[in-house]
Amino acid sequence: MASEARANVVNPLINNNPIMLQVLGICSALAVTTNMMAALMMSIALTAVITFSSLFISMIRHHIPTNIRIIVQMTIIASLVIIVDQLLKAFAYDASKQLSVFVGLIITNCIVLGRAEAYAMKNPPMMSMLDGLGNGLGYSLLLMAVAFFRELLGSGSVFGYQVLAVANEGGWYVPNGMMLLPPSAFFVIGLMIWAVRSWKPEQVEKPEYQIHQVHRTETL
Amino acid sequence: MSENNVKKGWFGSTMSLPNDDPRKTLLIAILLCLACSILVSTAAVALKPLQQANKENDIKRNILAVTGVNQEAGTLDELFARFEVQLVDLATGEYADTDIEPTSFDQRRAASDPSTSTRLSSAQDIAGIGSRSDLAPVYILRDGDEIDQVVLPVHGYGLWSTMYGFLSLEGDFETIRGLQFYEHGETPGLGGEIDNPRWRSQWQGKKIYDDNDQLNIRVLRGYVDADSPQAKHQVDGLSGATLTAQGVSNLVNFWLGEHGFGPYLQRMRNEAGVI
Repeated sequence: MASEARANVVNPLINNNPIMLQVLGICSALAVTTNMMAALMMSIALTAVITFSSLFISMIRHHIPTNIRIIVQMTIIASLVIIVDQLLKAFAYDASKQLSVFVGLIITNCIVLGRAEAYAMKNPPMMSMLDGLGNGLGYSLLLMAVAFFRELLGSGSVFGYQVLAVANEGGWYVPNGMMLLPPSAFFVIGLMIWAVRSWKPEQVEKPEYQIHQVHRTETL
Repeated sequence: MSENNVKKGWFGSTMSLPNDDPRKTLLIAILLCLACSILVSTAAVALKPLQQANKENDIKRNILAVTGVNQEAGTLDELFARFEVQLVDLATGEYADTDIEPTSFDQRRAASDPSTSTRLSSAQDIAGIGSRSDLAPVYILRDGDEIDQVVLPVHGYGLWSTMYGFLSLEGDFETIRGLQFYEHGETPGLGGEIDNPRWRSQWQGKKIYDDNDQLNIRVLRGYVDADSPQAKHQVDGLSGATLTAQGVSNLVNFWLGEHGFGPYLQRMRNEAGVI
């Protein structure tokens, strides 16, 4: 049990990262990673939502009618997202202004629904909660890494602190404006997927289709 | 099941039906909606006062920031109490004669209600705001009896979003003291640079009227030529954010122009004897 619990939290960090391996939740990874503070708030919000949605869905999983299960899951997720959004507006006003609609869009983040459907519907509450937490942290890890590169190269700062002296304030570093636009997040995520799959070749999918084998079927 | 013999009431017996039975499906759906709606509405109602206070404080902080008042000098409410808040009837430029408490006036709500706003034709609507409220608040900071600064709320469309901010004018009603946005959705790092203190500081000291008393203030593409006689009416553009900068230029022109605070500024300048 203990090892499974550990695996639930640790595996989604690198080995089964929801963004890098499953390539889910890309939309928000593009939108909120222009600076690290926004990415951190988004990570906390999403991790909170996915942890508790997995817990609650798992708690009532034996009573969820299969024909309305997605609606039930969405209702729980949506309620949690609204609560998180309200909390941010009350206690972290500046951050909520910066994240604007993206907190609300956690509802449509496929990682949350994906974990509910794939894990929480079939497993006990504690395990589901840990699984949700693990995936939330996996998402957070990647978000923070992408935000680090984008903020550093795009604005020359980390968490808002200037580390590279920017040219228009008299320094030497000319910020790369493209790093602040959404396509750069694609490039950064793509490079990270490449790096991780070179390090862990077992993550590379088998080709779905090979021309050679099709030709050979006649001779076989 | 042996429990079937035990009397459980309609709730228990419905819950023990198979999950896909329509009665149980309905019961689960109703219970879930009930539980979720209670949670959501509790959160919304309980946090409302905090959120409202955050919003108001944010606006006050921005008004103080745009006037350059030292925010360390006292609490937010103390500092803000030095401002006199008035509602201006934008069409006439007179202070409005209404019962509305100026500090609680909601300009956005007023602008979206046809009975308290004026629809702008596309030629008038250079700021891209659709309709403009008939009344607008102004925040007047006095130094003794003299008006030191007047803060005007402004808004207009940039590239992605409506940008909301404050423009502060000196007591001569033609020199800009500052321009600051408190809400916008422009690209961080590009259009979002309208928040950059270095860029904002350029607005200070710019003149909004030329020698013939015509409105003349704009954001250029590229840099202002400091030797040009026009330099005091011009502000550097933002590289990579031409449309946002253009939006700022347009909204400043709209709100200082005849459909914005133009008539009010005209009246104040007449009274101050500037023209």
